[in-house]
Amino acid sequence: MDKKKSLLEFFAESKLIHTILSIIIGFIVGALFLMIMGINVGDAYGMLLKSVFSGAKSFSYCVVYATPYIVTGLSVAFSFKTGVFNIGAEGQFVIGSMAACVVGILLGGLPSYLLVPLCFLAAAAAGALWGTIVGFLKTKWGINEVLSMIMFNWIAFYLSNYIAGFPAIHNEGTAEATRNISENARILLSKDTISSLGLCPTANWGILVAIVLAIIVYFIIEKTTLGYELKAVGFNKSAAEYGGISVNRSILLALAISGGLAGLGGALQLMGMGGRISVFSSQEGFGFAGIVVALIGVSNPFGVVIAGLFYGALTYGGGKLNLVGAPTQVVDIIVGTVVFFIAISCIFEYLKYLKKTPKEPEKLPVSEPDPGKEADET
Amino acid sequence: MAKEHVDLNTKVVEMRNIVKKFGDFTANDGVNLTVHKGEIHAILGENGAGKSTLMNQLYGLYKPTSGEIIVNGKKMEMNSPRDAISVGIGMVHQHFMLIQPFTVTENIVLGTEPRKGVVLDMETARKNVAEISEKYGLSIDPDAKIEDISVGMQQRVEILKALYRGADVLILDEPTASLTPQEIVELIDIMHNLTADGKSIILITHKLKELKAAADYCTIIRLGKYIGTVDVDTVTEDDLARMMVGRNVTFEVEKPDQEPGDVVLDVKDLHGVDYRDVEILKGLTLNVRKGEIVGIAGVDGNGQTELVEIITGLRKATGGQITVNGVDIYNKPPRVGFVNGVSSIPADRQKHGLVLDFSVEENMVLQNYREPRFAHKGILDRKAIREFTTEAVEKYDIRPRDCETRPAGTLSGGNQQKVIIAREVENDKDLLIAVNPTRGLDVGAIEYVHKYIVEQRNKGKAVLLVSFELDEIMSLSDRIDVIYDGRIVSEVAGKDADENELGLMMAGGKQNG
Repeated sequence: MDKKKSLLEFFAESKLIHTILSIIIGFIVGALFLMIMGINVGDAYGMLLKSVFSGAKSFSYCVVYATPYIVTGLSVAFSFKTGVFNIGAEGQFVIGSMAACVVGILLGGLPSYLLVPLCFLAAAAAGALWGTIVGFLKTKWGINEVLSMIMFNWIAFYLSNYIAGFPAIHNEGTAEATRNISENARILLSKDTISSLGLCPTANWGILVAIVLAIIVYFIIEKTTLGYELKAVGFNKSAAEYGGISVNRSILLALAISGGLAGLGGALQLMGMGGRISVFSSQEGFGFAGIVVALIGVSNPFGVVIAGLFYGALTYGGGKLNLVGAPTQVVDIIVGTVVFFIAISCIFEYLKYLKKTPKEPEKLPVSEPDPGKEADET
Repeated sequence: MAKEHVDLNTKVVEMRNIVKKFGDFTANDGVNLTVHKGEIHAILGENGAGKSTLMNQLYGLYKPTSGEIIVNGKKMEMNSPRDAISVGIGMVHQHFMLIQPFTVTENIVLGTEPRKGVVLDMETARKNVAEISEKYGLSIDPDAKIEDISVGMQQRVEILKALYRGADVLILDEPTASLTPQEIVELIDIMHNLTADGKSIILITHKLKELKAAADYCTIIRLGKYIGTVDVDTVTEDDLARMMVGRNVTFEVEKPDQEPGDVVLDVKDLHGVDYRDVEILKGLTLNVRKGEIVGIAGVDGNGQTELVEIITGLRKATGGQITVNGVDIYNKPPRVGFVNGVSSIPADRQKHGLVLDFSVEENMVLQNYREPRFAHKGILDRKAIREFTTEAVEKYDIRPRDCETRPAGTLSGGNQQKVIIAREVENDKDLLIAVNPTRGLDVGAIEYVHKYIVEQRNKGKAVLLVSFELDEIMSLSDRIDVIYDGRIVSEVAGKDADENELGLMMAGGKQNG
């Protein structure tokens, strides 16, 4: 076996190492661009590092930034695991956020312990509904879910802008935004905690909710009969159907849960950070970022938490880059490169596969018995 | 066999002491092979014994870890199939590599098309193809589209493709896997025609009967090791089986006489369409009673697939009745049939039988995961599933032994099939439907599968066996229903069945009963 091939195999077999390598390549490519622009790479990356690790305040900013990304990442990862591609997390996020906002304003008089769960519930329900409609179109009429989701993202976008103009919730001042949601709907840490620990002013409980959601997602996927069904349908619809699992029901459920998660992401963003919803001029991209986060986290719920923190840190740190004269878009280049290299891991796998079994390229790698594994058979 | 074409003085292919390692696994461990001009040389071995690995090295798909390959007296380094083709080695794979919407001629000349300037010269191509098909007695219609011709014809096209590229040594990988009995006879004739013309054939197989009928010499490989090369005329099928498996193999299935009981599966006047919406079941009626095996004999494409899909709920019928134990399951979802007593070993084990990305234990509960013994309040009882699987792995001899958490896709084909059989037999339903249950399995595994199927019958279960292997149908069935053009056209008792007569009925030639 030559060296080249074993390197290929190494790449294909270790997802974690692959992810780390992709991240390193991302930073190298970012550095190249910085150099071309004549910016000191050390200064720029130093600023990135400093803005994340220079203290409790900056670190808490990163966590706050990361929270919605983690949750939309979970939403997309869940959809990957169950064989649907939720590119509609963006719209579900927006709709969930608006549902939480409406509840948070109109029922603002309720005490926190009622209002916060109600806001979450409204957001999850709205996101789930948004996902289920798409699932219904798919299962009933076979409409491709990717197409309808992209359209539903825009419907959510304009619907949110439209609702934001309703007199009941619109801010009658100058701002093109809703009123602030009730303080009782906020999930901020107490002012004392924030000042005594030196955290950022929007430090909130959202990260705990995100971690709990990650645990729940893990539990559903790995431990429950529901997760078993959804995964079976995701991996092999024919065998699932043969086993007596209703494929359509599973697709609807998978999209509902994935949508609900994205909706919760919207609620966390609103109740933790924003406090109100502006009239958007363009899509904010929390849902699309979720795709990136799910890819970096290789669709593992805990991987997604870490990937979300990474993404949050880059987003927050990237905002500080212009202090050293570097454009914040460098961060986009880094993230884009990372995703690119993670995405081509399947190419590495394919190359390895071609080398090993040139006989039947129409089959997926997994269906090919690994000769190393067959060894114990004897 | 007279071996009149074998020229023992001319060695066309020699493989000496071939070792091929994949990581720690040794697929070939010192294998020798000598093929002479005009010889049909069989390579015999169980699944995973290393037959295909050996041939893939000769065809340039793998490089040997050590050992020599000598073609026509010259030591060769095969880096790709191109190298193999250039020295006259051609290979026909088990799964054909033909372009369905192209014509026979187009497929044969693909890659080496004759041209007139930049334009494809179809006229010359047709002439060339007609010439070689004439020469070797491989009659085909050069203008037919691949999608319109039978599997046997497609195989001829593959052989012609290799001959067109100047092959003197043809490697045939499990060539009879999907052929009807008649087509197999024709193929063996073709092989003899080819050797009469000085070609050599290497036949990868685990079917002893055909090996005996076709081959001159046979090299046996077991667990990657070279066991020996024998003159086929001097050994019996039993000898060959013993050398291949390493122990005695019984072909006869222990099947005590017993009176069948009540009707379990009752199908009346069933109508159904295939994937193109063409009516393929045209009023099919059959029943299966407790304690009997009913075999459906027929050429592929006469409605067998659709019949089973309809009974198991994967396809909707367009008319008729189906009951199991008196319960109507006509056009009901798969779970209804399952709950009322239907279990099945599906034809396509990788499409329907298994979720390849699931572990073996997850596959073991594909229908049962919600039952109280495997789940409580929607939470899977991993421990119970593990115990159930470990027991089944032991009982059904699924290898490797510690495969519970391995993805099913990493098991060999035979062991994947054992997982399905273990699951379906353990389901303990009144009706077992088995579709080509031994397809692609080797002698040892076939013995196991047959044993379990007959055991179900002996326990008083109803078994519906659908198979393209006439031998299998004849040796297992209590009753044989011949399916032709969407109907059961005749029925014979298993013990009275005659292969030639069945073959005729399957071709629609004769009806009785």
